[in-house]
Amino acid sequence: MNSVEQLESMVADLLAEARKQGASAADAAVSSSAGLSLTVRLGEVETIEHTRDQGLGISVYFGKRKGSANTTDLKPAALREAVSKACTIARHTSEDDCAGLADPRCLANNYPELNLYHPWDLDMEQAKALALETEQAARDYDSRISNSEGATLSTQTGSFIYGNSNGFVGGYPSSRHSLNCVVLAQDGDCMQRDYWYDSRRDWRDLKPAQTIGEKAAANAVAKLNGRKLGTCQAPVIFRADIASHLLRSLTGALRGHAQYRRSSFLLDSLEQQIFPDWVTVTEDPHIEKGLASAPFDNEGVATRPKAIIEQGIIQTYLLDSYSACRLQMQTTGNAGGVRNLAVSSGDLNLEQMLREMGTGLLVTELMGQGVNGVTGDYSRGAAGFWVENGEIQYPVEEITIAGNLKEMYCDLVTIGNDTDIPGSIQTGSWWIRQMTIAGN
Amino acid sequence: MSNPLDLARETLLSPVGIDDGKLQHIMSRLMSSRLDAADLFFQYSRQESWVLDDGIIREGSFNLEQGAGLRAISGDKTGFAYTEDLHLENLLEAASCAHAITRAGENQSLAVTGEKPQQPLYPAANPLQSLPDEDKIQLMKKLDETARAADPRVRQVSVNLVASHDTILIMDNEGRLAADLRPLVLCYVNVIVEQDGRREQAGSGGGCRGSLDYFLQQERGLGYAREAVRQALVNLEAVDTPAGAMTVVLGSGWPGILLHEAVGHGLEGDFNRKGLSAFAGRIGEKVASSLCTVVDDGTLPGRRGSLTVDDEGTPTSNTMLIENGVLKGYMQDKLNARLMGMQPTGNGRRESYACLPLPRMTNTYMLPGQQEPEEIIRSVKKGLYAVNFAGGQVDITSGKFVFSLSEAYLIEDGRITAPVKGATLIGNGPEVLTRVSMLGNDLALDQGVGTCGKDGQSVPVGVGQPTMKVDEITVGGTAV
Repeated sequence: MNSVEQLESMVADLLAEARKQGASAADAAVSSSAGLSLTVRLGEVETIEHTRDQGLGISVYFGKRKGSANTTDLKPAALREAVSKACTIARHTSEDDCAGLADPRCLANNYPELNLYHPWDLDMEQAKALALETEQAARDYDSRISNSEGATLSTQTGSFIYGNSNGFVGGYPSSRHSLNCVVLAQDGDCMQRDYWYDSRRDWRDLKPAQTIGEKAAANAVAKLNGRKLGTCQAPVIFRADIASHLLRSLTGALRGHAQYRRSSFLLDSLEQQIFPDWVTVTEDPHIEKGLASAPFDNEGVATRPKAIIEQGIIQTYLLDSYSACRLQMQTTGNAGGVRNLAVSSGDLNLEQMLREMGTGLLVTELMGQGVNGVTGDYSRGAAGFWVENGEIQYPVEEITIAGNLKEMYCDLVTIGNDTDIPGSIQTGSWWIRQMTIAGN
Repeated sequence: MSNPLDLARETLLSPVGIDDGKLQHIMSRLMSSRLDAADLFFQYSRQESWVLDDGIIREGSFNLEQGAGLRAISGDKTGFAYTEDLHLENLLEAASCAHAITRAGENQSLAVTGEKPQQPLYPAANPLQSLPDEDKIQLMKKLDETARAADPRVRQVSVNLVASHDTILIMDNEGRLAADLRPLVLCYVNVIVEQDGRREQAGSGGGCRGSLDYFLQQERGLGYAREAVRQALVNLEAVDTPAGAMTVVLGSGWPGILLHEAVGHGLEGDFNRKGLSAFAGRIGEKVASSLCTVVDDGTLPGRRGSLTVDDEGTPTSNTMLIENGVLKGYMQDKLNARLMGMQPTGNGRRESYACLPLPRMTNTYMLPGQQEPEEIIRSVKKGLYAVNFAGGQVDITSGKFVFSLSEAYLIEDGRITAPVKGATLIGNGPEVLTRVSMLGNDLALDQGVGTCGKDGQSVPVGVGQPTMKVDEITVGGTAV
């Protein structure tokens, strides 16, 4: 793995090479990581992978024309080839008034240290022991756990550097450690698989192996002997880990690219109310140890915490420099995406929400694509539990749920306080007033 | 020098000074006395992609990827390491890492031999150079103009043009070398149309293992532009999909994605060896109606899913999966074939040198039946005619699969009537083909845009089928 300093000098050389080949401006990002991924299955080691990934991306500008190249080979000959190809491409792309580097005034000149680097000095035996403990906890959980796809421990550290010809260069090291487990439960002819995982910047924050294994097993066992439902309309609760998809659809629709191409179901929606007025959605790229934290975006622009939805009203689009220019707005530091979303939560936990709902569907799994970003039409395969008298009655499967995202956002009844889910999105479960369920 | 092996050596090994002696050295480092198998996989890839968006050539990108993956297998245990640096010392270090899975053993010597060369299924030439850059740009602009000229309701057009060329070389633990030079091209047109404030999108495209000329021949590229507009305009008229179980007629060609999801994944060797698939242990059993014969065929010349040899050096084959409704076989890579006492079928595929090979599909399709497609439609009193699909997904353990329809119509009294929007099909893999009651004589393969994901690895695939009537599938929609 290359150090931050080595990568910095590589970026500087590249930008110089781009200048030499005639580019009026250029930027480059390079990343390098190394790690270990170990999988055990049925009590034995199945695979050991030594991962070692690196990649470099460069964009060159000849006035208002742009060309790009990427390479996984960081040796000088490959880097020269990449720059030269990017320059060739820039001769053929169109003049584009919005093409170019980020406004220098927006660059992150002083950026916060976000505590993202926590290497794990773990030997193969320790890695194996942790993976084994996870899988064993799952297999011991219930006699109906009949088979396993295994438990995987992976640990990775890396560095990232971005630089551009306006003089910006920034970078930081980071780490990521994950533990996951997938098991099968069987009862007669019925076989179900499910999983659980955790993923953290700091390995000390990982949930215990026992917890992850047991949760995977509990999920798989709970799905056994699922039934179909009759076609109907009913209230639906999306369990917290599944509800995060609904937030992803929101941020996808607010992306600058979707707005200027007019391919969003939330077109021209700034300052419009799309949620009930108690809903707040925020982005905080500066959370210490946050999985999606970043001090600057993919163009070197300073990231900042902000409200995306306040009192149910859209506060901002999510823009990079290009889409901001197309919309005659300012970049919001979202080149490369959104970082650490959180939604306001209510007072109820999931159990209390089920009781309040009385009768309806709890969705714990979604399948297929089925989300139309242009119209908001939503139609996906689902599995979960049928709820009556405020309590789970039986698992359901082979059904679909359908609606339109705009209506679903409006129809949000409450969000739970069950926000302890892995990943970079913090949300509780979402209760939607009514959706169409297709089954028998 | 037209032999793929010589070309691959020239591209991958000569620049870093790796000769047969050094290959032997790396292999002996990788092997130990308790090892069952090992391989070295070298890859050199170049890809170019262009994006026309909003009337201008907005982006062009060149991707360069190169490296070697080294794998050591003992029983069902695999050690794996990879490096992007092909110099000997890096390869030796990777070999030591990969081999740590097994106990140290003696070095063995082996002779390096070339595999009997296979007749290539596609041209070796680099498709990036198959058209001058000016002509690539012209082609994309022409597709943009064609789509916009097709209808005044077209608001937005994007065109993607991608060409890639992979050179791979594989050495197994018996010293056998195999090589493949793989071109791949893709063109895709996406449009957004608007009428009275309602917006809809649609896309169409195609591709092959060949050169970019493919899109100029028979006006294929122009055809994608016209087809994308046609589909989008259909969607402008679409009504809410009725929800519930009903008879569904699937069109020929791309709807074969149903086979890929509903039965294909469940018949991959790894899932069956481990007992994870709903099809595990069911060879010889009836899993489909007698009308159904399904194959996975990697040997179709020039198809997107085809390979002359797979990523373990095994020649691809035409594998019978289901014959007249009876489950006949699985798709295998070397590891799972050995552990199951079966033969590899040429389905060992990997996304790149940095990924482990897995049993994967190539071109999966159903053989044709006897009926005229019109006859099949006429036989349906009330149902759905599903013509085009967006993506799908399957849970191979429960057998549940789902996919989204991008173009579908109601069938009422034997006639195709209103288009519907936002429809999703959901079903159970081992059940759905038992409900096939009519099969058309119109087998078609898809146009060459399919990509399949498994364990985070993407590989190009093909699908196909004739018009097919399934007596009951659950259709998801908003109308009750």
